[in-house]
Amino acid sequence: MQNEWLYIGLFLVVGLIIPTAAITISRIVAPRKPNPIKQSTYECGMETVGDNWVQFKAQYYIFALVFLIFDVETVFLFPWAVALDKLALFAVLEGILFILILVAGLAYIWRKGALEWV
Amino acid sequence: MTLWNNPTNFIADWLRGVFSGWGMAEGLAVILVTLIGIVVMASLVMLLDIFLVWVERKVVARFQDRLGPNRVGPFGLIQPFADIIKLIIKEDITPDGADKVVYNLAPLLSLMSVIILWAIIPLAPVIFGVDLNVGALYLIAAGAIGTLSIIMAGWSSNNKYALIGAFRQVAAMVSYEIPMVVALLIPTILAGTMGMKGIVDAQSIWFVILSPLGALIFLISAIAELGRTPFDLNEAESEIVAGFHIEYTGMKFGLFYAGELLHAFTFGTFLGILFFGGWNGPLPWGGQYPLIGALNVVIKGLFFYWVIMWIKYTLMRIRIDHMLAFNWKFLTPVAFVLLMVTALMDKLLAGTAPWIYGMGMFLANILVGWLALEAARAYARRQRLAKEALAQPATQAAHH
Amino acid sequence: MTALQVLFILSAAVILGSALMVVTVRNLIHAALWLIVTLFGVAVLYAMLNASFLALVQVVVYIGAIAILFIFAVMLTRKEMRDRGPQLNKTWWLAGIIGLLTFGGLAWLLNNWSGFWKTAGVIPAGADTMRDLGVALVSPNAYVLPFEVASVLLLAALIGAVYLAFNRK
Repeated sequence: MQNEWLYIGLFLVVGLIIPTAAITISRIVAPRKPNPIKQSTYECGMETVGDNWVQFKAQYYIFALVFLIFDVETVFLFPWAVALDKLALFAVLEGILFILILVAGLAYIWRKGALEWV
Repeated sequence: MTLWNNPTNFIADWLRGVFSGWGMAEGLAVILVTLIGIVVMASLVMLLDIFLVWVERKVVARFQDRLGPNRVGPFGLIQPFADIIKLIIKEDITPDGADKVVYNLAPLLSLMSVIILWAIIPLAPVIFGVDLNVGALYLIAAGAIGTLSIIMAGWSSNNKYALIGAFRQVAAMVSYEIPMVVALLIPTILAGTMGMKGIVDAQSIWFVILSPLGALIFLISAIAELGRTPFDLNEAESEIVAGFHIEYTGMKFGLFYAGELLHAFTFGTFLGILFFGGWNGPLPWGGQYPLIGALNVVIKGLFFYWVIMWIKYTLMRIRIDHMLAFNWKFLTPVAFVLLMVTALMDKLLAGTAPWIYGMGMFLANILVGWLALEAARAYARRQRLAKEALAQPATQAAHH
Repeated sequence: MTALQVLFILSAAVILGSALMVVTVRNLIHAALWLIVTLFGVAVLYAMLNASFLALVQVVVYIGAIAILFIFAVMLTRKEMRDRGPQLNKTWWLAGIIGLLTFGGLAWLLNNWSGFWKTAGVIPAGADTMRDLGVALVSPNAYVLPFEVASVLLLAALIGAVYLAFNRK
């Protein structure tokens, strides 16, 4: 099995080298004449107005949080799914119980209104 | 093992023999041959990527009732090379205040996260990179690296539109990963393994017939993961100018663009492998002759890439709040219900004749899909009636 | 020195180096990115131990969800993200001594544990570790109770997080 991960590691290295090669070719060939106007930040063709940091909506954080919980849940479900055909009906019911508990959580936060975007 | 039965291993053995004949140590020869194989695979993938640029432009042109590139070379086939040359010779402008290391690393990670997916795609029973027995999770892991590269790109550009675009894109991608993982669990249950080769081997009946709703959920969440219309808040030109890659010029932008097209094709190939039989495709004897099997997989990949493009050039863009509401309030519950129903039916119908099994699963899927649509319809009707009830007293007051 | 040992030393160096960078860089987002390098190094360690599932779960959950949550949380605070104060406080020597003592104590404890010196058991070829894990998770005489309790724990985490983070205006 170590051979598999060695292969994937080599693939990762080659996968990093290819875009690096593309950018290096571009760096050699392309002109380079920086001036402050070219390097200024783009804001639909005008000078930038206001601060450069936006007030980040807290809602993004809630979505990332809910995603984290459900991600961990699906990670638990993977071994269950692989072993399903060797197990009895009872195991299916256990898995269904697992999923139902978390769907109940989703329903709760839906009712609370935490999934609205406003 | 002949050249036709097992081309890649045959060539690898021959090369190993050549290297050992030159006096190289055994282990080093193996690593060198593996490296050559990887470089060949990655180069083929990049060549395919270049071809996909041409396919994209021709197909969008046909959908929009025009011709597309047809001047540069026969049927415009040299057009992508002209595009690449143009992108390479463009000046590389780094905005001031940008974080140099992160800014340069983001496009590299974005393309790398797509290329490494090709390590686990089995083109034929004997042509594959590795047969990882956790292949389905590997797909999600590569997506996680892609998500990271988007945040890095958006943050390091020092531009508030890039930041807004990156946040929205990441929020959408991350939300749609849940239905995608659940849709990946369904072939896992049906095949009993997470490895790609195992899933294709278990498809005596294609999984799209056993679970059409699962294939549909996978397709929808894949389109959202890719960031294509109808979910392309990132490239919403009229809204936030180009999302997280506003400040990228030249080849770096080219890497993002090429990465997105290659990602779309890779997801098309995965849809073909997971739900549509892999190498047992339209052409017969895909299992015996690996080259025909590889051709089957590529044909299916191109067909589903065309389907993804068809959806892109037909539908309108969906607003971010509608998109997230659709995911968390419709797609995720439906996906979980489908998962539970699939697990239950798989256990209840185990050991029956294949056609009973197939019919049972198919009907269960149709039932779940119909119930989901009915629930959505009832919800929409409730909302419409509530809105009409609100409008009623106003009109009655106006009459008095 | 086998190739595996060289690889282990390399990845351990990467993990320790990037962990050091996490606590010493001044820019918070850079600290989050160095943390991602550390987590990736741990995933490489899992892969070297033949735990493919855990390696991928490390990438999916830690890098794909928790690191992104960290970055979102850092960006949620609208203040200047650059740490202006000094990196060390007055009693850094005491912290260093306590750290060294803890490390020495742990090393001595591990040395005296018999399991530390055993070589890993060979997994028989053809054993489907994922299937065994799945069977273990739902068998009544294995881990089914922790499995279900884990889902209740996740439910508690979900409700608690939404309660803390969500502000109904």
